[in-house]
Amino acid sequence: MSHLAQTQTQETFVLNLGPQHPATHGVLRVKLVMDGEYIVHAEPVLGYIHRMHEKMGENRTWAQFMPNTGRLDYLSALSYNFGYAAAVERAAGITVPERAEYIRVITTELNRISSHLLWFGAFVLDLGGFTPLLYAFDDREQILDLLESVTGSRLTYCYFRFGGVYNDIDDNFVPGSLAFIKRLRARMPMYHDLVTKNIILMKRLIGIGPISAEMCRRYGATGPVLRGSGVQFDVRKNEPYSVYPEFNFDIPVYHECDSMARYMVRMDEIEQSMRIIEQACNKLPEGPIMAEKAPKIIKPAPGDYYFSVEAARGSFGVRIVSDGTNTPYRLKLRSPTFSNLSLFAEASQGMLLADALALMGSLDLVIPEIDR
Amino acid sequence: MGNYTELLRLLAYLVGIIAFAALNAAYLVWLERKEAAHIQRRIGPKEVGPYGLLQPLADGIKLMTKQLIVPAGADVILFKVAPLLILAPAIASFVTIPFSETLVARNINLGLLMIFAFASLNVMGVLIGGWGSNNKYAVISAARAVSQNVAYEIPMLITAITMVMVAGTMNLNEIVMQQPNIFKWYIFRFTASPLMPVAFLIFFICSLAETNRAPFDMAEAESELVAGAYTEYSGMGFGVFFMGEYANVVIGCSLATILFLGGWQSPFGVPADAHWSLFLFKPGILWFLIKLYLLCFTVIWVRWTYPRTQFYGLLNLSWKYLIPISLFNLLLTGAMLKVFQS
Amino acid sequence: MNLEKIKQAMMALAPQAPVVEAPAEVAPVEGAEVPVAQKGRPAVLDTDYAKKGFTLDIELPPENVVAAAEILFKEGLSIEAVTGVDWIKDGQLEVVYDFIDWQWHGRVVVRSRVPRDNPQIPTISEVFAGANWHERETHDFFGIKFIGHPDLSPLLLPEDANFHPLLKDFKA
Repeated sequence: MSHLAQTQTQETFVLNLGPQHPATHGVLRVKLVMDGEYIVHAEPVLGYIHRMHEKMGENRTWAQFMPNTGRLDYLSALSYNFGYAAAVERAAGITVPERAEYIRVITTELNRISSHLLWFGAFVLDLGGFTPLLYAFDDREQILDLLESVTGSRLTYCYFRFGGVYNDIDDNFVPGSLAFIKRLRARMPMYHDLVTKNIILMKRLIGIGPISAEMCRRYGATGPVLRGSGVQFDVRKNEPYSVYPEFNFDIPVYHECDSMARYMVRMDEIEQSMRIIEQACNKLPEGPIMAEKAPKIIKPAPGDYYFSVEAARGSFGVRIVSDGTNTPYRLKLRSPTFSNLSLFAEASQGMLLADALALMGSLDLVIPEIDR
Repeated sequence: MGNYTELLRLLAYLVGIIAFAALNAAYLVWLERKEAAHIQRRIGPKEVGPYGLLQPLADGIKLMTKQLIVPAGADVILFKVAPLLILAPAIASFVTIPFSETLVARNINLGLLMIFAFASLNVMGVLIGGWGSNNKYAVISAARAVSQNVAYEIPMLITAITMVMVAGTMNLNEIVMQQPNIFKWYIFRFTASPLMPVAFLIFFICSLAETNRAPFDMAEAESELVAGAYTEYSGMGFGVFFMGEYANVVIGCSLATILFLGGWQSPFGVPADAHWSLFLFKPGILWFLIKLYLLCFTVIWVRWTYPRTQFYGLLNLSWKYLIPISLFNLLLTGAMLKVFQS
Repeated sequence: MNLEKIKQAMMALAPQAPVVEAPAEVAPVEGAEVPVAQKGRPAVLDTDYAKKGFTLDIELPPENVVAAAEILFKEGLSIEAVTGVDWIKDGQLEVVYDFIDWQWHGRVVVRSRVPRDNPQIPTISEVFAGANWHERETHDFFGIKFIGHPDLSPLLLPEDANFHPLLKDFKA
């Protein structure tokens, strides 16, 4: 608030972007002090969808909190399931059988693809191209059908349990996933031809919204935002978890630091996720899907533990403090978009409104994850 | 007695033009929704009437039953006048458009000039509507619309002047009569200037920009400015804005067909008094409507294919590319007309 | 980043005499399972990444956290999260900072305890700009005042909120 008082002069005016606005994906309000079309100061105002998940974590048992994790970032909910389940498994010392790990990886990567497809459609929609959204949703529908047959939900998944997953995949899942991958691989060149190489889109993204690696470091930005700034950091390779070390995949990194770089990182990540799914489907072992010795009531040893996974938007971290009882003492959810959005105020200074919206779209915001 | 027939004739044209403009506004909406749907791999309206053809009627009834809210702090007169400033000039411009050789309300000798004069009132509507709404988004959108319209009127006028030089007259009906078959269409008039198709393209782009259609819909940029200058309008006020936009699209496409594509002339060069069995090949209103709607189809097609440019990209396109090219074309045409005396 | 250099620098920042009932030497203990709430634990602890998820666990008095943040910033680490824990039985609030280095497998955790009735700790938002929002959120949830923070207004709670939900004695 003190910022606003200092930066507002007679030539500037305050424009409220949101909380109801077509371009802020979720209920986000950004207070813009503008000089004509230029942004002098941008201040995101959060809290419109704050539900206090962390307090809920303290009032529920460890297992009862699992559905909450699907409501944080509803677009890539399985990564959040993964982070929480793996954190508690690390704390309680539970080992997950191999088949369950493979199923976890396959479903999480499918979820990542569907999240990126939705981001792609919504981002181009923000820029004024109305059609790619529906094409992306067509592909996404197939993923949702696949995941529904396994997990029972289409969006807010609660599929993982401590020690594995609760439902095994059926016979159609692996052939269905491989068929889907084949279809999407044939369609990705179309997306690149129609959208990525479109001169208007290139003019709107290339050179717009530069975020340097140093800015990412100061703000703690991770995920495609960081990888679009030239830093090769992906939790799946840096702090490998689950069975990711067994797969052969690359981390796309672009050095231009602009919105186009972040766009290309996510498009390439779709391809890399498809590679992981293919390898995992081909190597899927037989076996149990739940750890035999998983206790019915989890009571991890006292202490604090941290687990970090690569969600679609960055590194999602769970810090749990256990006091040996069956409810968490403290449950901290480190959401990647929270840190990514915090650099918006500095990055958008002096930009035009349209460019700032392109920047915001390229950060890939999901507000319920920021507000928790 | 002659006065009365003239009066009756004008009244008939008045009713006809208003009906044409209103039906166009309604059914271009239908065409837009269907075309957008098929581009996006959906179907579009199909419930109300066969193929959704009664959908515009349902939408019109819905809009008329809504309360006309004037926001607090808005300038009431400006707020209410703005939609009319967009619709009325468009309807008035229909007076000189020749639908066929005999079907023109008033064959004014300065018809082209009159249409451009009315078209420049278009931007006033957006500006007044945006200012009178007492809404910051509307004001930003109005400011953008003014700079965009000013920038794009210039190449449009320069191209129109080029065509007037080629035709030698501003009378729209006479311009059409100089294009009896496809080889004589002005778009292919390479003896006047080899850049004629480019001139057509420039004219088309400028008419997209003048009517605030995507990818030049800065004034209404939905994902940035909610609905821009039209944010505060509800019910029929909003409906009138939209009717005005579509009426302007029809005027722009009509001008493009008249100036470049031969208007109501058929491409086959069949004279107007040929045998009745050749009626599909004879010039007349049918050809005018075919060409007009092909251009409208393209206008809608472009909207759903391209993303929006940034504001400065738009202005750059006009000031740095379209104006120099059209000026060059003007000079070239003048030189070639002088040299070849054609 | 240089892990040894960090450890040396942190030990220099730690108090010479630990709080209560210190073990004989204040040296890092390899892989010991040290419960968090233990008083007198060593200031700099190497932890087992596989068991805990972080590699270095540092406990400092509140006035030294800014110096620690500056050391970590110079060594190229990035801020991951800042949060609090309410140790109501000890009458203390703990502020926990997580730092990571992108080229290094592991995590550095810095903790600090402040008294519950007057929780104050200097802000590290001058060093790591991202800590600005994390500290605002921690203030929202626990009421910890970050001295020197430019704007400690509620981030996630409503603007007029004067309660702190994550305190253990908070009743809705």
